[in-house]
Amino acid sequence: MKEKWNLKIQAIENGTVIDHIKAGQALNVLRILGISSAFRATISFVMNASGARSKKDVVKIEGKELSVEELNRIALISPKATINIIRDFEVVQKNNVVLPSYVEGVVRCVNSKCISNSSEPIKSKFSVFQSEEEGVTLHCLYCEHVISEDIAENLL
Amino acid sequence: MKGENLADTIRVISNYADLIVLRHPLDGSVRMAAEFASVPVINGGDGSVHHPTQTFLDLYTIRRESHLEGLKIAMAGDLKYGRTVHSLCHALSLYGAEMTFVSPPELRMPPEIVRDLQKNKIGIKETDSLEEIIGDVEVLYMTRVQRERFPDPEEYEKVKNRLRVTGDLLRTADPDLKILHPLPRVNEISPEVDSTPHACYFEQAFYGVPIRMALLALALGVIE
Ligand SMILES: Nc1ncnc2c1ncn2[C@@H]1O[C@H](COP(=O)(O)OP(=O)(O)OP(=O)(O)O)[C@@H](O)[C@H]1O
Ligand SMILES: [Mg+2]
Ligand SMILES: [Zn+2]
Repeated sequence: MKEKWNLKIQAIENGTVIDHIKAGQALNVLRILGISSAFRATISFVMNASGARSKKDVVKIEGKELSVEELNRIALISPKATINIIRDFEVVQKNNVVLPSYVEGVVRCVNSKCISNSSEPIKSKFSVFQSEEEGVTLHCLYCEHVISEDIAENLL
Repeated sequence: MKGENLADTIRVISNYADLIVLRHPLDGSVRMAAEFASVPVINGGDGSVHHPTQTFLDLYTIRRESHLEGLKIAMAGDLKYGRTVHSLCHALSLYGAEMTFVSPPELRMPPEIVRDLQKNKIGIKETDSLEEIIGDVEVLYMTRVQRERFPDPEEYEKVKNRLRVTGDLLRTADPDLKILHPLPRVNEISPEVDSTPHACYFEQAFYGVPIRMALLALALGVIE
């Protein structure tokens, strides 16, 4: 049985469907992908759709397949998201997002005294770790500060 | 001074000098400088993160005046912002150590550092009282508590007077206890301590000279 929300958005012929996004994070997913009004593809999204088990967000990008590296950044804020490549209205490939081990220019360091928050010509740089106790943590490669919560609130 | 950014300054100075020693108020500034420099960069202290040359001379002092392996050390004062203690505890963890952190609650060692140390199997105790621990340590590393860390001046006065090394305090100390301090001190070590065999901080300051000579020679490739 097709999911209900499918009725809300038209099927796309070619593109990318980001499914199983943590409820409420769709806009942050667009942000983390660097998608703004200047982006040349049609984007549609659903927030708080009722999924099989719980609520989720879904983002659909028409006519464009994004790079794996870009898409994997989504794991920072929504580790259970899946990437579905649509060709000719069919899902031809489905992947889970994989947490990257390094991210550059994606997240702002929460330490206001960090050099990456000054007017220097550099991007923020973090090593990414994941552990049972702490979940996903970002370690600033400049000031060594660790971001363990609020990653979504500190997207650049 | 003219609004130039640090990256440009570093690129320019790279053309003038064989080596750059940088001390800078922002965290991580020296690491960034190293990315832009074409000559070696030595960290002379960045924000509240690191002060590695101080750590080299601290290690040297501890090795000469006490011992490095499995040292029982207390670090006291401003452990939150004090970059010398941050660098030192990382370095000492390579030798195994029992560490006691003595500070007012607002200036405790950052939890991420404590976690790192614990991962390296370092025993850690935290307290706000020197009296409680003075009999149990071989090295006491004092640091200054800076006034600007306290919004309330009265609070500062209280803390300042609680974390003080005096002749009185040292009566219950191990006879071999060595006291280190990165200097300058204000009143956290009372002058009567200077003439006791515990006082090591002026030797420590002196060891900074050969240590930094050695680091410069190493970075320039004069020695290997
Ligand atoms: N042509 C299309 N246009 C737009 N969305 C599509 C299209 N085909 C599939 N989708 C959406 O892409 C996602 C993955 O489709 P699929 O058919 O694999 O669903 P599924 O079997 O429920 O997968 P999963 O187990 O990952 O939830 C779903 O959200 C689906 O609604
Ligand atoms: Mg489904
Ligand atoms: Zn930082």
